Amino acid sequence: MTTQSTVFRRALSLPQAKIGLALTAVVVLLAVLGPWLGPWLTGYDTTGFAGKPFQSDGVAGTDGLGRDVFTRFLAGGATLLLYAVLATAIGVVLGTALGMLAGYTGGRLDSLIMRGNDVLLSFPQLVFALLAIAMLGPQGWLLVLVIGITHAPRVARVARQATVAVKDSDYIKAAQLYAMPRRRILLREVLPNITGPLMVELGLRLTYSIGYVASLSFLGLGIQPPSADWGLMINENRIALVVEPWGVLLPVLAIAVLTVGTNLITDSLASAAAGREKEVAA
Amino acid sequence: MTTQVAVTNALEVSELRVHTLAGSPVLKGVSYAIAPGEVLALVGESGSGKTTAGLAALGHFRRGLAPAGGAVTASPRDGEPVDVLGLGERERRALRGHTLAYVPQDPALSLNPALRIGRQIAEVLEAHGYGASGEERAARVAEVLGEVGLPADENYQRRYPHQLSGGQQQRVGIAMAFACRPSVVVLDEPTTGLDVTTQTLVLRTVAALTAEHGVAALYITHDLAVVSAIADRVAVMRGGEIVECGAAEEVLRRPAHAYTRELVDAVPDLDGGGGLPEPDGDTETLRVTGLSVSYGEHRVLRDVSLTVHSGECLLLLGESGSGKTTLSRCVAGLNEHHTGTVELAGTALAPSTRRRTAEELRAVQYVFQSPYSSLNPRRTIAQSVEVPLEMLTELPKAARRERVAETLDRVRLSRTLAGRLPDQLSGGERQRAAIARALVTTPKVLLCDEVTSALDVSVQATIIDLLCELRAELGTAMVFVTHNIALARHVADRIAVLRGGEIVETGPVGDVLSAPRHEYTRELLANTPRM
Repeated sequence: MTTQSTVFRRALSLPQAKIGLALTAVVVLLAVLGPWLGPWLTGYDTTGFAGKPFQSDGVAGTDGLGRDVFTRFLAGGATLLLYAVLATAIGVVLGTALGMLAGYTGGRLDSLIMRGNDVLLSFPQLVFALLAIAMLGPQGWLLVLVIGITHAPRVARVARQATVAVKDSDYIKAAQLYAMPRRRILLREVLPNITGPLMVELGLRLTYSIGYVASLSFLGLGIQPPSADWGLMINENRIALVVEPWGVLLPVLAIAVLTVGTNLITDSLASAAAGREKEVAA
Repeated sequence: MTTQVAVTNALEVSELRVHTLAGSPVLKGVSYAIAPGEVLALVGESGSGKTTAGLAALGHFRRGLAPAGGAVTASPRDGEPVDVLGLGERERRALRGHTLAYVPQDPALSLNPALRIGRQIAEVLEAHGYGASGEERAARVAEVLGEVGLPADENYQRRYPHQLSGGQQQRVGIAMAFACRPSVVVLDEPTTGLDVTTQTLVLRTVAALTAEHGVAALYITHDLAVVSAIADRVAVMRGGEIVECGAAEEVLRRPAHAYTRELVDAVPDLDGGGGLPEPDGDTETLRVTGLSVSYGEHRVLRDVSLTVHSGECLLLLGESGSGKTTLSRCVAGLNEHHTGTVELAGTALAPSTRRRTAEELRAVQYVFQSPYSSLNPRRTIAQSVEVPLEMLTELPKAARRERVAETLDRVRLSRTLAGRLPDQLSGGERQRAAIARALVTTPKVLLCDEVTSALDVSVQATIIDLLCELRAELGTAMVFVTHNIALARHVADRIAVLRGGEIVETGPVGDVLSAPRHEYTRELLANTPRM
């Protein structure tokens, strides 16, 4: 698909995309390889005791229970990243499907889907997640599902708008002329032509997912102790911020770098897609 | 032209070169000059650089383009000639609107929809400090409105652009351009999108204004018939160069350059054409009876009836808003909100494609107006052409591929293009692909909705030839929807003239063109510019 690849190529030619890609790659590598690297580098595992609590032993000292902070930091990104990616995938797939259906069909179904969307949108995402977790307990699948579902209406709005913009094109009319079933029209004729705005939405939702998973863990409602997790680590170590800052600073830095990185990529994708639209209009 | 003395010319462009920022040339040394009161037409097909050459006269270059040599000299009414390219952006802006004026292509897009037209014209005068007082400017607004043939009274000046017709909007655009009494006016295809009657009116306005006020006009167009109606001299552009320049009469009657000849020959002529294949005419393929469409109070089609025989071509003629596209879409099954019947070889068709059988769907095919939007930009030509086979036949994949390749040959489209995406093809190639998609199921009825209006004349000629050949080869009944009556003898056997949703006249092409019975047809024929 050449048009697709030109969007990526043009996005990559922007300096901010390169920076974003580098930042994201560093954190993702760290999170993926960290669980294996940690014990090998430091000699401790994530729950093993390395010494007295809040001491400056090792690379980054020990935490409140005397575990090695650096090992836990290396191991703490994998779950966070996995949850965030899964939640984003659920949100984007669900939202795209609903949005395209609403935009293409129009009429009553459109109103039904979009007003239902508005109801969901009126809950703050984090509050909605808190509610579900308070009712069903902090479980990984629930975290992913709730964050995914709260993403869906936001993605759906974008997908609907993009679908409405292309649905009156002659090539859609041509497909109708050949009595192509609706599902096929949506998948083959509409979807490939709205990937630009959807890619932007994908990046944006990923950034938010990372933030939400980390926030919920920090609040003690996400990933549970004793497993190592960046959000959780910030909470565990914040009382000793002045004495032993690394337990807080390392995870904060990692999350910040990751979100800034994904945001930069998204931004450059957005401007590349907008540039393409401008070209088409000209 | 012998009066090439620098002083007498209102505008002189010499050896102008324009490059893209990447360095590839767009204009390769273009020179032209226009005397006061003279109209120079800059003619060329899309991509020839005519718009770039025209806008350069205003010292304007589109984004991504930069001048790379040459000079543009404009002479204001009172003062010394100015080197436009040598000026700074601020001085250039002062010059534009005052000495150099511009009339854009689409008046609906260029007028501010939130400003009353009187105010809008007065704004130009204020911006350029025309006149000493408000009263003087108000007088000028009224005067210039009168000059373009619009009512100048207070009531009219208080109208908003959307309350005017397309032709009136364009005349307001022209009034704005002429408001400050410029010495040079650049008109960028100002009549594209207007119907012929309005076009004639606008052309007359432009001709009268330039002659009366001694304004040098540069008329950018692709339409050679319009050129013969308005221009004193013509410059033909191709690939960033002027290939021929001379008196309009001379260039159009006795073109010296091969390309000009090609262009002139490609222009459809009301009197030309002929030599069409004889339709066998015995079987009635398509019959439309009592077709009506209304949206609320607005009736788009009123009780339209027509028949087309196999191998015959019916020209459905109408201006924008006449309901011609609605009619063809009703036949194709894309508009289900109609009353009346559409019969294919004696069997009534369901109003919607969803309830037609595969066989019926295969039999009626539709070619869309713009090949730039009728092909999915993300699917290859072969994939797009294969769709009807995939949806409407039981053929296995290999057989479908074979049929696609055959059809591409049939529309004279190289098989090597099959794997390309639409944006890697030219407009003519895309339209061929769209025609291939319609022909791949060997339809009995082919509906062509303004299929050439988005294409250049030379491409239009080849597409029309192709359609005529295919009709003879396949015996397809064809409905050719168009606004251009000049195409009649080139494609059709019969004409149906549609106006305001009603067929006002129908008959064989020769009869209708030589002895039109309806007032409207007579008016159309009188206003169609001839070469």
